[in-house]
Formats: sequence, C-alpha cells, structure tokens
Amino acid sequence: MVSSSLRIHELCKRYGDFVALAPTSLDVARGEFLTLLGPSGSGKTTLLSLIAGLAHPDEGRILIDDADVTHSPAYDRDIGVVFQNYALFPHMTIEDNIAFPLKMRKVADTEARRRTAEALETVRLPHVAKRYPRELSGGQQQRIALARCIVYRPAIILMDEPLGALDKKLRDQMQLEIKRIHRELGTTIVYVTHDQEEAMTMSDRICLMNAGAIEQIGTPQDLYFRPRSVFVADFLGESNLLSATVRGVDSDGLDVVLAAQAAPSRAVGNGSIFAAGEPIKVMVRPQNLVVGDAGGGDQLAGRLSGRLLDVMISGSLTRLYIAPETAGMPQLVAAHPTRSGAAPYEIGQLLSLGWHATDAVAISDGKGI
Amino acid sequence: MAAPRAIQRNLAWTRAAMGAPLVLLLVLFLVYPVGQLLLLSVYGESGFTLAQYRQLFASSVYLDVLLITLKISLVTTLICVVTGYPIAYLISVVDKKRKTTLLFWVLLSFWTSFLVRAFAWIVLLGRNGVINKLLISLGIISSPASLLYNFGSVLVGMVNALLPLAVLTMLAVMENIDRTLPRAAATLGARPGMAFWKIYFPLSLPGVAAAGIMVFVTAIGFFIVPALLGGRRETMITQLIIDQVQQTMNWGFAGAISVLLLFVVFIVFAAYDRLLGLSTMTGAAAPRNATPSRLSGPLQKAGDALLTLLGAISDRILRLLPSRRRDRNPDQAGMGLQAFVWIMLLIISAPTILMIPLSFGTGGLNWPPQGFTLHWYETVLSSPLWTQAMLRSLLVGVGTGLLAMLIGTPAAFLLVRSDIRGKAAWLAFILSPIVVPRMIIAVGLFYVFARMGLVGSAFGLILGHTVVAVPYVVMTMMAVLRSYDTRLDHAAQSLGARPIATLRYVTFPILGAGMMSSFLFAFATSFDELTIALFATGGLNATLPKQFWDEVTLQVSPAIAAVSTCLFVFMGLLIFVAERLRRRAAAR
Repeated sequence: MVSSSLRIHELCKRYGDFVALAPTSLDVARGEFLTLLGPSGSGKTTLLSLIAGLAHPDEGRILIDDADVTHSPAYDRDIGVVFQNYALFPHMTIEDNIAFPLKMRKVADTEARRRTAEALETVRLPHVAKRYPRELSGGQQQRIALARCIVYRPAIILMDEPLGALDKKLRDQMQLEIKRIHRELGTTIVYVTHDQEEAMTMSDRICLMNAGAIEQIGTPQDLYFRPRSVFVADFLGESNLLSATVRGVDSDGLDVVLAAQAAPSRAVGNGSIFAAGEPIKVMVRPQNLVVGDAGGGDQLAGRLSGRLLDVMISGSLTRLYIAPETAGMPQLVAAHPTRSGAAPYEIGQLLSLGWHATDAVAISDGKGI
Repeated sequence: MAAPRAIQRNLAWTRAAMGAPLVLLLVLFLVYPVGQLLLLSVYGESGFTLAQYRQLFASSVYLDVLLITLKISLVTTLICVVTGYPIAYLISVVDKKRKTTLLFWVLLSFWTSFLVRAFAWIVLLGRNGVINKLLISLGIISSPASLLYNFGSVLVGMVNALLPLAVLTMLAVMENIDRTLPRAAATLGARPGMAFWKIYFPLSLPGVAAAGIMVFVTAIGFFIVPALLGGRRETMITQLIIDQVQQTMNWGFAGAISVLLLFVVFIVFAAYDRLLGLSTMTGAAAPRNATPSRLSGPLQKAGDALLTLLGAISDRILRLLPSRRRDRNPDQAGMGLQAFVWIMLLIISAPTILMIPLSFGTGGLNWPPQGFTLHWYETVLSSPLWTQAMLRSLLVGVGTGLLAMLIGTPAAFLLVRSDIRGKAAWLAFILSPIVVPRMIIAVGLFYVFARMGLVGSAFGLILGHTVVAVPYVVMTMMAVLRSYDTRLDHAAQSLGARPIATLRYVTFPILGAGMMSSFLFAFATSFDELTIALFATGGLNATLPKQFWDEVTLQVSPAIAAVSTCLFVFMGLLIFVAERLRRRAAAR
C-alpha cells in the first residue's frame, strides 16, 4: 500500500492583516481519513492549499514521511488533489485527463493505458473513456476527478469539498464510493467539507476549524459527545446548552447547579480544566432529553419542566420544541424516533424533562480552553 | 525565513520581466515621440516660443476647421449610436444561428478597410453612380445631381465607417444584461415599453456611453473620409496636420495643432469621466452594486421622469397596433426592428459589394456594369507597386501580430493574475494608444524614426503598428484569461506537471483560440493601418493601404475596384476562419 504520514508544524498564512491560518500543528497518520471541517472562512481550504503546495506558508513546516516539503513545488510532492469543481481539462478526453499525471511521470504508453483503464474500472465508468468532460454528468465528472487522482497512486490525497456540487442522493452514494476506495487503496486522505454529517460519516478523525485555527480534533464520537467548546457543540449536530455553575469537581465528573435552580446535578467532563464557582454550559443532545408527563423518572440526574411549543416530524426523527418554565432559559429541543399513530402530546401541554448524568456534558463557557 | 523571501524576490523579477517589454515599447514609441512633437510646438530655433500658437489663433481658419471637425464628429456619433442601438439590441436577443449571421455582416463591415468603404461611396455617389442612375430611372431627377464633396457625403462615409464600432461596443454591454430582468418587470406589471425604457435601457446605458466616446474620439482623428468624400468646407483637423508635415515640413505647427486636438480629446474624456466614470470603459463589467451613473439629484430625477414618459408613450403606441402581437413570444424581435436592422446592414455593406461587379466590367466605374473582363486584375497583379505593397503588408501584419502577442500576452497575464498595485493606472497607460489620436502618434513616430533612420524600414513600421495593436491584444487576452479557470493550472501542478508542461499541455491549448483571435486582431489592425504607414513608409516601400491611398487621391480607376474586391474577399475569409476557429474551440 502506498501511503504516507503528514506532519504540519506551526503552519501559518496571512494575507496582509488577515490571518487565514493561525500557527497550526497537526499530525495525520499513514492511511488515516482525516476531515477538515468548519464554516466557510475557517481556514480549512487555506490549510489544504498549503499542504498541496498551491500556496506558500508564511511560517511553519510541512513534512511528508518526515521529509520537509514546505518549499517544494506542488508537482514534486506526490500529493493528489480532488478539486471542488473537479478541474477536469476541458480540451482532453476522459482518457487523456486520467493519463495526464502518468504522462507527466513519463510512464510508458502501454502501461499508462492499462492503468487508466483500471482507474476507470475502479470508479465504475469504463465506457466513458473517449468522451469529453462536458459530456458527463456532475456525478460522473466527480468520479473521473477521483480516477485521475488515484491513477498515479499518490501517497496522500487531498479533497476540497468534492461533493459540494452534487445533490443529496448522489452525495450519499459518492460518500460510500470514496470510503470504499479509501479502504481498497489504504491511501492517506485529507478531506475538506463544511457538511458536519458528511464529516461524521466518513472520517477516522475530524479536525474542526474556526477562524483560522483548530477548535478541536478527535474521532467523530469524541467531537459529538465530548465537545470541548460551545462552538463544537453547536457545529456538530443539535444541542441544548444550559447555563450552570460548577459546585465541585471530583474524579468522576462535576457537580453543577443549573441557573435558576437550587438542587445540584451531575455532569461529565474533564475535571482538571474546571474550577469550583466557574460559570459553564451543560450540553444535552436532543435525543438524550427524556420527555414525560409531569412527574416520574427517578433515576434521572437533571430535571426541568416546560411547555410544548411545536412538534416537527422530519423523516425518522420527531422534534419537540419546548419552552422551559424557568425564566431566562433558552428554548429546548428534544428528539425521538418517529412513531406511527397520533402524537402523544398536545401543544401547550406541560412536560417534564430529564437526562442521565452521563449525557450531560460540561463545556467551558467562553472560547478558550 | 529565507526561502519565502527568495520566492518573493523571484516573483518580483518575473513580474518585471513580464511587464517591462510593453512599458518599454510604449515609452519609446508612444510617450517619447508624442512628447517630442508637443515639445516642438513650443520650442523653436531660438528656444521657447509661443509663435506657433499665435499663428494658430491669429485667424479664424484653424478654429473654423476645429468647429467643423467637432460638428462632423458629433453628428456622426449621434447617428451611429441611435442607429447602432437597435442593431446591437437585435444581435443580443436573437438565437445563436441568426446571431452568427448578423454578426458576420457587422464584422465584415468593421474589418473592411476604411479606404475601401470610402472609395465605394465615391463610386456610388458619383455622377454616373448607382444612386444617380436609380433616381433618374425613377424619374425623381432629370439630370445627375452632385452628391459628392459636401457635408452629407462626408456624414454618410463617416457613419458607414464607424457604425460597426458603435454596434460592437454596445453589444459587449448588452450581452451581459440579464435577460430575465425585463421579464421580471413584466411579471411585476410593466408593459413592454415601460419594461424597456425603465429596466433594459438604463442597464444598457454604459454601452451607449462607451460607444459614444469611442466613435467620437475616432471620428475626431479621421482624415480618410473627409479627404475622399468631402469638399474644401469639410476639411478636418487631422488633414491640417498632414498638410503641415507633408507639404511644408513645419513640425512646430503640426505639433501645435496636435496639442489642440489632444486638448479636445482630453476634455471629452474628462467630461465622460465626470459623468459616468472611466472605469465603465475598461472594466470587464460594471460592478453589480455600483450606481450606473454619477448623475445625481435633479438631473437623475429628470432622467427618470423622461424614461417613465418614454415608456408610457411606447406602450400607448403599442396598444394602438393590431393585437396579434400579444401572443408572440416576448423574446422575439418585432418585424419592424428586424427590417430596420437589415436595411442598415444593407446600407453599410452594399457599397463594397457593388464594387465587385464593377471591378469585372469594361465600362469603367459607371453603373450599371457592362461586359466582363479580368483586365483590371491583370493590371494590378502585373504592377510591381501593388504586388510589393501586398507582400509588405503581409510581412508587416504578421510581424506586428507576433510582436504584439509576444509583448501583450505576458502583460495580460500580469494584469489578470497578479495583485500589482495601481492596476487601473497601468491599464489606462496600456490603452492610451487607442485614445491618443492616431495622427499624433504617426507624426511623432515619423519625427523620431527620421532621426533613428527607421523611416521606410519594415521594422520601424512593425514597431509603430505594434504600439497601436498591442492594446487590443492585451484587452482580448485579459478577457480570455478572466474566463480561464486557474484551478486547471493548479490541478495540472498537483498531478505532477512542471510550470512549462502546465503551459504547454493545459494553459495554452485552452487559451489557443483566444490567442489566435487576438493575433488576427493585431494582424488586421496592421494590415489596414494607413495613418502611421502614410509617414513611416517615407514614400518608398508602401504598404497596401498606403498604395491604395496614393492611387485613390490621384485618380479613381476600376483597378482600385479590383483591389477593393480582393481586400474585401481576403477580410471575409479571415473573419470566416477566425469564426471557425472560435467555434471549434467552443465546441470542445
């Protein structure tokens, strides 16, 4: 298997006064699928261009398999890039497009033809070889861009929002395709997207970026269930964020007091970064919010009551929007799998809400950690 | 860190190398010669003097010429813009196939030499020309009227010469107007007249203004039409400059007239800039959020009211027409508009086409043509003067095309791809050869070439023609580069292509058609250029236009009709080939 590790050390890029990428360090293991996730302008595409060698960093170093490539030109890096709009050469046939990197590497003609055909097989489009890019659909062009990238077996493949222009159904299909190819080839992949769902489905690890810096890096589960900041909690999936104060810290977690409540409750979190008296947020995911008629549910750690504002059914999930009785607390959302039959609750009904201690995550309030 | 700095330094050198040739060319063969000429106007044998200007304003002769020049230019501009507008509009709305046809006739006329077209009008308006014969046969007049050498004939020639320019300039803007906007206006309750005057027309106004100034500035520097079609009273200012240089070698006075001409052009541009902003001319497209004009306050309100009135009147008239129009496709142009456009295209193309039968006739240039002979073609082809002029024009044209591409393409890359400071100023400088009246450049170059021993040499002529052709190359290449997706270059690099390989396999093949068309543009500009050739050939080694000019000012003979026909066919072929190339590139 051809694949390389990638190490980024204190890499930094400015455009005039604008910091596109604050000094950033990142390690990508051999064969890993790492996703750079973040809103537009968060620096993920800048980081990708720097890795690809299409932009020059102001500071820092880039190492591929421990070799410094910071100042090597793009064509010397053995990196493959799949561009957002595919960047297929309009004046070449599909075949010539795919053979282009082989031609640049002076691969013999017969060998190039064999490998081109093979790459077309891999993306399941062997019949389009003689056509021109404009004769293909968006999804097909996307596959060709992928084929052109894997044909020369680069040690690292960078993908810049490769599915951004496709419709939902095609996107789901291509996600599976890319995962399959990743499994088959074992290549290291750095993938850029602003779609959190896509990041969750595909990645080994997600690197969530915000305002030119890394906000949190970890497995999808890590980021989803143990977000380290309000930004992460908000960006990945829906969340209920409740203001609270730390009462005490011990080895298993924290005792916290929700705003406008007297009784303490438990929450999980890294005890070493919180101090007693500190204002924090407690995050509960919608599907972990247990809804019942008023009363009941003794083993629950947290407890609130609120009035049902609205019910929305979006396919497999049903969302309940609830206004807490406690003054000043933001609107909450609870979710449960959609069941057939009439809705169990009526709008305006008073509901009790609770959650298990393990589902309440303490997040430091404010930005820095 | 050392490495990035080295990259930066490298970049600075590359940039300098890309821009320097063009800057050098313009400084040496535009700024310096024109500056010299202007200097000569205030610098006599005994040092600084205003004698030339005293002479200029001593009598009313020169001011009268200036007034005539302004009058002819202004009327020409008005007619060109007003009649060109519907033509450009129709071309911008019809389907692709008919657009190609319409555009072909406009382009053919645009590229047919000014000389050929002016000559055609001489024949057409002559005592035994088509018009007189037609009027007599219709019984409107009994004996031939003298239609030539008056204000009317100059105007006809000028409009014919500059209408294609007006159409093409307005078309560039109209093609970028969102076609859904008038439709949106219709869904919002605007009748067709109101939708046109309140929505479409204001959006097309930058094109109208650009066409107006281009035509006016070109007209003011014209001499071919007034010299060939005008009488004594239609002398224009550039003719005075030619007289001063060719007959009396009075450089100082020629310089003083040039200053006057430049001054007028400058005022026109300053007024344009104040009213509309110069950026509307050079910018690819006006920024979406920019206000379309700087007219403000009461003037704007008055303009708005006028447009509303025009809209209301048009709708009133439309309602009077039979109601069958209601069910036609709103995108389809009306019969009236189509008829008008075809009549205008006929008027601008017909004179040259009528040359063809006359060039094969035995009855001289009298209408109708009689008999059939190849005599005139034999005369031309056996004359070394003509054949050498043809070869020289080809040589100079190809040389100009190559040099302009070589110098202009890197500069276009620089202007589009890099973030150099003062881009607008650089662009204005590069485009200045179009703005400065050609005659002033020509006289200045003549003076400088004379001292460098370049008069009469093909190389000198190529340099001079490159100066006036290079702005077109830069503009065309900039447009081509703007539409080029740089990610393709990045893709090539990421796939392992070195810079040279990227240029060779990706950039140039994709830009090929655009490069070919800008080469043809430069070639055609040189091939048709008379003003610089008039002086820089120094009486020997004439180019085709120079030879044509010498002959036509001497006598009007059927041999010239034969040359006109050859030129017409040659240009037609060139446009055809260019169009084929463009279409083949677009099909990929």
